[in-house]
Amino acid sequence: MVGMIRHALVQFKPHKSQLPRNLERLSAIIRQLGDEGVDVLTLPETALTGYFLQAGVREQALTASQLFTALQEAVRGAGRRDPLDICVGFYERDGGSFFNSALYAELGTQNAGVRHVHRKMFLPTYGVFDEERYVSRGWRLDAFDTRFGRVGMLICEDAWHASTAAVLALKGADILYIPTASPVRDLTGVEPANAQRWEDTAKGIAAEHGVYVLTTCLSGFEGGKGFSGMSHMMDPYGVVVAKGELFSEQIIITDVHLESIQAARYESPLLADLRANLPELVRAFQEVGEVR
Amino acid sequence: MSETLDRSAALPILRAEGRPRKSLSLDLAVTTDFLVAFLRDEVERRKGFKRVVVPLSGGIDSAVTIYLAVRAFGAKNVHALRLPYQTSHADSLAHAQLVIDALGVPSETVDITGMVDGYAALEPTMTPHRLGNIMARARMIIAFDKAAELGAVHLGTGNKTERLFGYYTWHDVADAAPVNPLGDLFKTQVRALAEHLGVPEEISRKPPSADLVVGQSDETDLGISYGRADTILIHHLAGFEDAYIQGLGFDEAEIKLVKGLVARTHWKRELPIQATVSSTAIGEFYLRPVDY
Repeated sequence: MVGMIRHALVQFKPHKSQLPRNLERLSAIIRQLGDEGVDVLTLPETALTGYFLQAGVREQALTASQLFTALQEAVRGAGRRDPLDICVGFYERDGGSFFNSALYAELGTQNAGVRHVHRKMFLPTYGVFDEERYVSRGWRLDAFDTRFGRVGMLICEDAWHASTAAVLALKGADILYIPTASPVRDLTGVEPANAQRWEDTAKGIAAEHGVYVLTTCLSGFEGGKGFSGMSHMMDPYGVVVAKGELFSEQIIITDVHLESIQAARYESPLLADLRANLPELVRAFQEVGEVR
Repeated sequence: MSETLDRSAALPILRAEGRPRKSLSLDLAVTTDFLVAFLRDEVERRKGFKRVVVPLSGGIDSAVTIYLAVRAFGAKNVHALRLPYQTSHADSLAHAQLVIDALGVPSETVDITGMVDGYAALEPTMTPHRLGNIMARARMIIAFDKAAELGAVHLGTGNKTERLFGYYTWHDVADAAPVNPLGDLFKTQVRALAEHLGVPEEISRKPPSADLVVGQSDETDLGISYGRADTILIHHLAGFEDAYIQGLGFDEAEIKLVKGLVARTHWKRELPIQATVSSTAIGEFYLRPVDY
């Protein structure tokens, strides 16, 4: 396990359905980050195509290996020689099925390759959202190993259900990556209600399980719906380490210090308590499932 | 029990009315930032224009729209239009001029009397209602043409309350525009925004009127004040039952009036209806977002 991991959260405003153009911009961003010592770059949900595609999902979706190749080209195009890991949300094609997915890839090393693909499980299909009409649900929740340690990914609404982050933390994830696309609703407070809710949610997950939580949100408008941006990183105490601006594009560079996790969990051993009570909880979940 | 004992035993009580309410109040600074970002994204980034045309009626909606447009694009890139008819109230022209002078935007006045009367003279059975609709649509034709002349986009100015009530001419100058910043703001929210942006009080405090028929006012036409209507609307749209809304201090007749206006005008908030004869019908089966 490596101690300090430098992250760049890229709060991105893609050009709708223009994958090559968005990859060029990604390449320019990687070039801009040349000597910043960034280890992991995170991008929002559906970062390279835009989020609201309706049936255009079929035309814009990529296989995981197509996306990996595109990321390799973006890194090569940037002239980068140092290794770089990328976590990015994308519409995934797999045979005849489509998913809203997140891919974590290691690039520029001997072991370069796709480390994991998470397929979004909770597909919002209410209000401005209509995901389940166009993509299928994912059905697995796994932590995975990177060159820095064990991590997990959740996509947007996945993280609004307390049990998903709990499962990933129990599976050993020390860092949770959450690509999001959160359209602004209710401008009644100093921050939009959806952005406040995201901050509360990320803080809650981080403090409960003693994990780093990195939430990277789209910005910009799609057909009048504006994504909030305001990406953030919570430390394992649930404290905001860094927070991006509302509405605009921005790169947030911040460091994860994995050694702080054990101190946070020593002070607040809720994850260990959860593990101890797991049999009872599993039984209770099973009972609820059977009633359904 | 003695009085002294009774007092010492009494615990302080905190009372809170637990009934959730939807608030019409906005954070006006954040709302302004959001709407300005929206205008820039839609007009510049997506459509590739640098200028906008804003038709000014002398009322509050178009005034707020042009104040936002000046923040988004700068005064020299915002072209104001005054489009009077011979019977328009003198204040309408004067108030539009107040805005033009306050913002220092380029402006133009086109009298629509000749255009409207040219057709009206051919129609012996012309009514004031039909004539009002012709004025509203004549203004729409001019706004589109001026936008074409100037290489600009014309901004719509309709607010959410009038859209929900169908209280406007379908495809008029405020409705049939490519970009509208106020379409999701209730009238009372537009009023608050007007004050925040510094719209002259002569405009923000006067009774709203379409000024299509001599002497008309919105609130007389509708039979309810905007303040009361908006509170009923926001709860009705959010799914609260009538009995609940009554509990917030509204009577049955008011709620019925508001819901009736909304229910009768769904068609006005949609594009023209097509007969669907295939499994590739546009907007039914073939679904792509506006910015795809």
